[in-house]
Amino acid sequence: MNLLQDIIVVDFSQFLSGPSAGLRLADMGARVIKIEKPGTGDICRQLYVSDTRIEGESTIFHAINRNKQSYAADLKKGEDLEKVKKLIRQADVVLHNFRPGVMERIGLDYETVKALNPRIVYGEVSGYGSEGPWKDLPGQDLLVQALSGLTWLSNNRDERPTPMGVSVVDILAGTYLTQGILAALYRRGLDDQSVLVQVSMMEAILDFQFEVLTCFYNDGRQLPVRSQVSNGNAYIPAPYGIYKTREGYLSLAMGDIPKLAGLLQCPALAVFTDAAEWFDRRDEIKEILTKHLVGRTADEWLSVLQPADIWCAKVMDYSDLLQQVGYKVLNMELRVKTSNGLSLKTTRCPIRVDGEIAVSERGAPLLGEHNELIDGQFGLGIFGS
Amino acid sequence: MNQLPLNGLTILEFSQYLSGPSAGLRLADLGARVIKIERPDIGDACRRLSIKNLWVDGDSLLFHTINRNKESFTADLKSPEDREIVKKLIARADVMTHNFRPGVMDGFGLDYASVRALNPRIVYGAISGYGKEGPWKDRPGQDLLLQSMSGLAYMTGNEKDNPMPFGLSIADSICGAQLVQGILAALVRRHKTGEGALVEVSLMESLLDFQFEFLTTYHSSGQLPRRSKFNNGNPLLSAPYGIYATGDGHIAIAMVNIPQLARAIESESLAGYDQEQAFSHRDEIKNILSQHLVCQPTAYWLERLHAEDMWAMEVLDWKSLTAHEGYKVLEMEQAVSTGRGKSLLTTRCPIRINGERLFSGKPAPGLGQDNEKIVMELLK
Repeated sequence: MNLLQDIIVVDFSQFLSGPSAGLRLADMGARVIKIEKPGTGDICRQLYVSDTRIEGESTIFHAINRNKQSYAADLKKGEDLEKVKKLIRQADVVLHNFRPGVMERIGLDYETVKALNPRIVYGEVSGYGSEGPWKDLPGQDLLVQALSGLTWLSNNRDERPTPMGVSVVDILAGTYLTQGILAALYRRGLDDQSVLVQVSMMEAILDFQFEVLTCFYNDGRQLPVRSQVSNGNAYIPAPYGIYKTREGYLSLAMGDIPKLAGLLQCPALAVFTDAAEWFDRRDEIKEILTKHLVGRTADEWLSVLQPADIWCAKVMDYSDLLQQVGYKVLNMELRVKTSNGLSLKTTRCPIRVDGEIAVSERGAPLLGEHNELIDGQFGLGIFGS
Repeated sequence: MNQLPLNGLTILEFSQYLSGPSAGLRLADLGARVIKIERPDIGDACRRLSIKNLWVDGDSLLFHTINRNKESFTADLKSPEDREIVKKLIARADVMTHNFRPGVMDGFGLDYASVRALNPRIVYGAISGYGKEGPWKDRPGQDLLLQSMSGLAYMTGNEKDNPMPFGLSIADSICGAQLVQGILAALVRRHKTGEGALVEVSLMESLLDFQFEFLTTYHSSGQLPRRSKFNNGNPLLSAPYGIYATGDGHIAIAMVNIPQLARAIESESLAGYDQEQAFSHRDEIKNILSQHLVCQPTAYWLERLHAEDMWAMEVLDWKSLTAHEGYKVLEMEQAVSTGRGKSLLTTRCPIRINGERLFSGKPAPGLGQDNEKIVMELLK
């Protein structure tokens, strides 16, 4: 997995959005150098999660920052800033997720960096872009979800707006930034020009809603109406959703209702012969299904539905999932080691290249772990200092 | 913009529905020429898949949304003659993508090894549901099923709720996005080495990667993620992280120091908790908050929280969002002209290049609309 061999990324970002972009670039072979504040570093190091810490640092810091190097530098100190500038002159990519104006104050805004290195690809993630009333507000995942309308898509109709329980905004913004950076690196290979790539968290989460927002723009601006029962997607007809059974939960995607009536031996469903009703009367259908499906276990239902090619699945939590052969053959687990001997299990890059998975065992760096190495390799150090 | 990053690249899209075509859309918006290779008469099955029964020029609005800015070429991959033409296209292309189930492209003689023999520089992107081996490989790669199987359904909603899916096709979207990353990185390498690449992603692996924070935490703690009893925002995070009803709407509150929050909202019950208890007592804290916040309107709380620089925002729906100045300055909407002088409104590419937004008014193609032009180009 050496697609990005010899690409050097100088990464000023913190938390998740920017660092997840750095992680993917590292997975694909780039050398990613985190520039961190001496003493504290990436704030994510101290973000305690689930009370699960590894060597005093959060598990998620280790997950996000494996396979990177750390260079501690105080950007407010002239000497450190000069070293970082010298590093940038030899780099291919700079990325950051500071609020608008911060890099300007430090003196590492795009124009300045471009003057230092006319071949640089400069990537930045912001919360809401660099103009308008939201520009200085914190670009935080839950808050962007709340503003973007996304919270009216999950959960049932009479429930409160419900956020998606994973940092979907950060992850998508980081992913789109990576796309932009890679497209820019491709272009730079042809014309040797620097490129500025910008993604905001808000634009990323609007893009994620592109299908349903387009529907809203063109249907007279009708808001989404979640189904009353087992809502899976506000725009998809019954039976789409998750149902409780006598033991375990069953997930049903798109399906022909009379066919389901037969397979499930549920005559009450047989009357829904007109496919238009599967949307218009979805709450009734789902209510019938809810009552009927608790009668048997998820495995019993699956043994009837799967042979008939009905799109269905058993709902699993991690303890179920990790025991499945279907999970194990993916080889998705990766054990990494930090330089002080800590070993932990995480997930690998999901992209296979030429049939190979990426298996770098390098754990997250200690704060400033690579200063000496980088000073030496890039000629940044002042002798005796 | 004079030159988009991917100008000059040609991509053949054998993909249908959302995962593969969303990758094609992003590559098109970044400047590539994307040609959909579709079955005669039927085409991409998404042409017939509508939401809210919305249609444009005979195809679903959904298809138009995902496939704008592309061309269409029809070919029957089961016909040897059509296949020869497709092979000629492949010989000249830079990238191809497909999201057939494992083995289908082999059946057409268009597996990576065969294609590479035709064009060693090609970047071949393949999407599957669950990878190419194991007991799940032939299962339908459908978004809700993937969410259900991957553990994701235990992240959203409250503890006592049924497992709850994201109300959008996250597996398809994130997998398409991963494919774009792999393809572009492979193009970067190709520029140096001249070699193409096989890039493979699956919906399952993409969705596991999407949960990497949760899985890493689970591997080290052995504790399943637990949704909070009230107002769950993210199972990994402590109180108050979540959305709360107010007197006139809803408010989202992210990571906030509990004693500071208690002072800002003048809650005596909350003042009894310190920051160390934000995770261990999150259900109690959230319960107190939900009873307190419902007493005053959103604006009242936001004023107090923002005065202390605390992370909170109002909850908007699309009507209030699209009316907001913060949304308007993004210029996220774009008109795409369709047949007979009509146009539809959709979103643009979310990536800005050199400070410019990327707009494209080019609509989704009619089935086979570019056949003649593309055959002429082959003859040149």
